[in-house]
Amino acid sequence: MMRHLMRAYPTLLRIGFAEMVAYRAEFLIWVLTTNMPLVMMGLWTAVAADGPVGRFGQREFVAYYLAILVIRILTSSWMVWELTMDIRQGALAARLLRPLHPLIVYSAEHLAAVPMRMLVISPVAIVLFVVAGPQLAIGDPVRLAILLASCAGAWALLFFTQVLIGSLALFIDSALSVFDIWLGIHSLLSGYLVPLELLPPWVSAVAHRLPFHYCLGLPVEILIGLVDTPSALRGLGLQWLYVGGFFVASNLLWRAGMRRFVAFGA
Amino acid sequence: MHALDGLAFDIAAGQRVGFLGPNGAGKTTTLKILSGLLHPSSGEVTVAGFRPQARAPAFLKTITLVMGQKQQLLWDLPPAETYAMNRALYDIPRKEADARLGSLVELLDIGDLINKPTRQLSLGERMKCELVAALLHGPKVLFLDEPTIGLDIAMQARIRQFIRDYNEAHGATVLLTSHYMEDVAALCPRVIVIDKGHLIYDGELKELVHRIRPDKRITIRVSTPADPEVLARLPNLVSHTDNQLVLSVPLPRVNEVVRDALASLAAIDLTVEDPPLEEVMRELFASHQQKRQPA
Repeated sequence: MMRHLMRAYPTLLRIGFAEMVAYRAEFLIWVLTTNMPLVMMGLWTAVAADGPVGRFGQREFVAYYLAILVIRILTSSWMVWELTMDIRQGALAARLLRPLHPLIVYSAEHLAAVPMRMLVISPVAIVLFVVAGPQLAIGDPVRLAILLASCAGAWALLFFTQVLIGSLALFIDSALSVFDIWLGIHSLLSGYLVPLELLPPWVSAVAHRLPFHYCLGLPVEILIGLVDTPSALRGLGLQWLYVGGFFVASNLLWRAGMRRFVAFGA
Repeated sequence: MHALDGLAFDIAAGQRVGFLGPNGAGKTTTLKILSGLLHPSSGEVTVAGFRPQARAPAFLKTITLVMGQKQQLLWDLPPAETYAMNRALYDIPRKEADARLGSLVELLDIGDLINKPTRQLSLGERMKCELVAALLHGPKVLFLDEPTIGLDIAMQARIRQFIRDYNEAHGATVLLTSHYMEDVAALCPRVIVIDKGHLIYDGELKELVHRIRPDKRITIRVSTPADPEVLARLPNLVSHTDNQLVLSVPLPRVNEVVRDALASLAAIDLTVEDPPLEEVMRELFASHQQKRQPA
């Protein structure tokens, strides 16, 4: 099984990339419409014109929201929409008839999108480098390794979260409504709209214990040097604990969903 | 209420069997159970020595399920990419996959299609490419659910011939559902008929036709309209136009009726056939409904 997987995965990645290239126009539109970080950047730089807000001056806000944009584009997933659509339209049946686990195939399709995303987001990354070059975690190999691990963790956490919520479609019709709720909380507590340290201390403390921050805020903070190496390592540990937890939870729900699927169909 | 009840049949390796029934009879449910997508609440199912419910990789490599209304081809990529993906998913050695692909592509004559994006292909072209994707791993058991749905007559005939060729070349077992009775008549010496989840016939197609409609259908094309007096004398006139008459005649009387018809009509062509399978099935279902209704 493992050897089969190792042989199959490169081909699946190549085909996933080819699909991504085929959908490049839709992808570009999605990137261009992901403009909330730019709106928030404009808002907060205006606020910071009169003086820094906490540790954030205008330059720090620009770096923060550009980093948000880069990390979000690199790590976000569309798994929940794909899974719910496959369940609703019956395409999941065809995936279940293949001798590789559907979630493995989905993961390859999603990972294959990363190179294209890197390409599309590179102009923003260049601007980020110009704005915050010296403080970025790319010069020091240890910080760079932590950054890469945290990006991988954010990707995996988002992927398994969406598998978990998408698998709800095997039980209920409104899995996407559940995801909308998750997305709302994520916007507030991941650092997407506001850096967590600018929230009231108790909200920030709670947010640092919930998974949302580890989907986006942690790699952003590591990238622009908002956290020192020990704190980054602690964050990374907690992030991967969440990845493990969501991996287990999503697989359990998937299996329960499969038991229902094979009993009643979909 | 059970979707399937008391349904039992065996199919020997290499047989081509038509699986028939009205809408909602349980055909697709049965195919999904046989392919492991649905688990029966009771009873036993074995396919090629496997329990389908386990969906073991070795089992999945043995079967294929083609659903005419669902496609597995990647929509925005050429079929060749789906074939590459299936080669990886089914772990087919490259040499074997290339040889099989070459042979399937040749059989279906789709060499110029497999590098065009799927979205640019017609329905018939897509179905041919779909069949190649479904057979690339060399399955020994084919579950075909309406494989010719929506296709024109020429394409239906092409697909039928391909299924027959594949069955003969590989000794594969074929279980076919289709609303096009021509598919069944051309491909399946044996039929299994179900209605509301119950088995109502399992046997040779010829025997079914003979049992339900023992009469022969005589079609006579005429150069001039038949005289009304002659028409009145003809037995069991099913339909007639100025150019054609169709009679339903018991087998022992066929010779006599043909002789009389040729003598009294300006016949330019005459055929003697079994009644259309659609009529046979309609009658079978109707008689089954009557039996099920309480007196």
